[in-house]
Amino acid sequence: MLAYIVRRLLHSILVLIAVGFIAFSLFTYVGDPINNMVGVEATEAEREWARKALGIDDPFPVQFARFAWHAVQGDFGQSFRLSIPVETAIGDRLPATLELVFVAAVMALAIGVPLGVYTGLHRDGAISRILLTASLVGISLPTFLIGIILILVFSVWLGWLPSFGRGATVDLWGWESNLVTWEGFKSIILPSITLCLFQLTLLMRLVRAEMLEVLRTDYIKFARARGLTNRAVNFGHALKNTLVPVITITGLQIGSLIAFAIITETVFQWPGMGLLFLQAIQFVDIPVMAAYLCLVAFIFVVINLMVDLLYYAIDPRLRLEGTGHAH
Amino acid sequence: MNKKIFTVTLMVLAFVVGVAAEAKTFRYSTSGDILGLDPYTNNEGPTNTMKHNLYEGLIHRSYDLSLHPALATDWKQTDDLTWRFNLRKGVKFHNGNDFTADDVLISFKRIQEPASNMTFVVKSIDKIVKLDDHTIDIITKDPDPTLLLNLPNFWIMDKEWLEANNAYTIQEGATVSTFANLNVNGTGPFMLEEWVADTRTVLVPNPNWWNTPQHNLTKAIFQPIGNNATRVAALLSGEIDLMYPVPLQDISRLESTPGVTPLQGPELRTIFLGFDQHRDELMDMPGSGKNPFKDVRVRKAFYQAIDIEAIHRVVMRKASKPTGLMIAEGINGFQPDMNTRFPYDPAAARKLLADAGYAQGFSVTFDCPNDRYVNDEAICLAVVPMLKRIGIDAKLNAQTKSLHFQKIGRTEKWNTSFYMLGWTPGSFDAHNPLLQLMTLDGEGQGTWNAGRYTNPRVEELTDLIGGETDVDKRNSMIREAFKIHQDDVGHIPLHQQALAWGIGDKVKEVKQRPNNDVDLRYVIMK
Repeated sequence: MLAYIVRRLLHSILVLIAVGFIAFSLFTYVGDPINNMVGVEATEAEREWARKALGIDDPFPVQFARFAWHAVQGDFGQSFRLSIPVETAIGDRLPATLELVFVAAVMALAIGVPLGVYTGLHRDGAISRILLTASLVGISLPTFLIGIILILVFSVWLGWLPSFGRGATVDLWGWESNLVTWEGFKSIILPSITLCLFQLTLLMRLVRAEMLEVLRTDYIKFARARGLTNRAVNFGHALKNTLVPVITITGLQIGSLIAFAIITETVFQWPGMGLLFLQAIQFVDIPVMAAYLCLVAFIFVVINLMVDLLYYAIDPRLRLEGTGHAH
Repeated sequence: MNKKIFTVTLMVLAFVVGVAAEAKTFRYSTSGDILGLDPYTNNEGPTNTMKHNLYEGLIHRSYDLSLHPALATDWKQTDDLTWRFNLRKGVKFHNGNDFTADDVLISFKRIQEPASNMTFVVKSIDKIVKLDDHTIDIITKDPDPTLLLNLPNFWIMDKEWLEANNAYTIQEGATVSTFANLNVNGTGPFMLEEWVADTRTVLVPNPNWWNTPQHNLTKAIFQPIGNNATRVAALLSGEIDLMYPVPLQDISRLESTPGVTPLQGPELRTIFLGFDQHRDELMDMPGSGKNPFKDVRVRKAFYQAIDIEAIHRVVMRKASKPTGLMIAEGINGFQPDMNTRFPYDPAAARKLLADAGYAQGFSVTFDCPNDRYVNDEAICLAVVPMLKRIGIDAKLNAQTKSLHFQKIGRTEKWNTSFYMLGWTPGSFDAHNPLLQLMTLDGEGQGTWNAGRYTNPRVEELTDLIGGETDVDKRNSMIREAFKIHQDDVGHIPLHQQALAWGIGDKVKEVKQRPNNDVDLRYVIMK
């Protein structure tokens, strides 16, 4: 077990180095940050000075080595656009994205799983059919369109909810939170609905498919034959067995939610990491882009590791395989 | 008895003041946040606008572009190179420090630091001499007719504040974030309450401002909203009181919605097209040994193939002002009678091409930005079929501004054959575009002359214009330079884009400045 974890950690470090290298080599193609920083009236001498100060003209191996050396010590440099350390920029915005993703994930799970179970149990019912057709809408409508429609209905027409920003956050020992007061929560409702819709429909259909699959198996038939109640059969046995693929998918989806809530964040001007990344691309803010890509790679690697370990914990069969070599 | 009258008067006054002092918060928004608070870095539109609210220069440029005394009460030129400025007495910085000549001297030194992006503002000044605490002499290197025009951008900082906070060094976004970039101490009409990057900037009025406020704000909150649709929605829902720019297709919507009004006006930015006139062989015609753009007939053919009225009507939805000059009305040196275009005439254009030997046309790459000017890509997309009609196959290469400006700029050695660019002269004077766009033979000249257009007489005139203080002589030199450039068809000017602001109905009055910034001094709420 320990050997497994160590092996996986080593793989992860390799992945991080590879991502850093590929991302960094792409930065030669993203455009010139100097013009964005010094403005159009700057003389050639001033531009040269800025290039030297930022080390942009150094050869690629030198730049990458410098970046990697500092990154390992946790120093990702200064943002070209904001002129503050990159760690501060990302650190300020991490709570915003994490809270958004958390609320969206909870909504997706809390609504998607029960709906999936329902449509799995009553596969031909009228309500099931309606839900499944509606779920097609959730999967096929692009995120920004859903966001704009929600803003139109709830902010412009009804005036119930704010159309942009985090609004009134509460400072909990350095973590700005929307979840403590109702005022703050109002701001997070529309963005999290927008973000969760795709995951919700995905989960619903996945759980439904798994339920249908599991309900056909022999052990379920025998459980019913033994006289167990519907509730015990459906939730005690069937649902538990559908959870393994659900956990895998949810784990992967949370990773992509964190990394790519970009579109939702741009529509709602949500000051999270996705918006920061998009602005960094437009400004050619190389330190932020490099740090962000490394962070995203790290998140994916950690989540995948956790999901695999969770597998190990849930499914007894995997544990036996590991120990079966000795004989 | 006296005491009673006094108390009653006090109570009445308190009541009146209390009633008048209800909170007037002004919320406004544009697409990008400010980049920093240090006045000498980040020479960028919205950032400079914010600096104007917090810091001041010796002279203030009003919303109609006229100059007014600010930190200097009066000035006079004592000889060719020397200007005497009398500084205003009794002015205090936001932290209570007094404003004196020492502050001007240290600001002059600091704005010339290598990492400063605003050095161009004081480029012509040789030195500033302190005569006493409230009198200085500004001495220029050569006679400079544009000195006063540049001074509104020379923001004055507080010497004691810079020294006490170790904030003299300017940072070029490299190793350490500076105190001056995150904190403000100016003499301006507003003080900074807080700046949360990419979220909001909150300003409150400066109670010790030396001037009488025309505005009636108690607080101003600036919140950037990048997405166009969300920004429009925020205005419609009443969450913000003013926003810009309004996407052109939403202007009629704002007109028909109660509670919001669009405010349109001319902007000073001129959009134009340029050609590669210096390579011997056009990059799109390898092996031919020819560059069609070196022939004025080809350039004129391109000019006359463009139907600017159609672009004005359809692409810009009438929110543009077609122009024949490289500068806008309102810029010093604008000549209204010279603002004529060569007529739209595709037949004449085809004939010109044939005369030049290109009857069968040729193919050229057309470089355009797609996120910098109003409907920039749409304008280029409209120009392509217009050129096709005269036999030119223009291959559109539309990119994001960071890549476009790198390609047509000095870094890539002006790697373009045919391109679009826009320009607003920072000093609001005609010398600036002559220097940057239409000449190239001096140090620092022609940085954005991506086609490398040059004409010996225009070069000569530009140098003279830079030093000529007699207004009439200067104007006639500007006229001559522009006439030569027009006859040469050095560039194809297209139009000035129009400003479009959306105003909510809580705003009673706001003055729209032609360089598209919101000066809080002139905002009045209902």
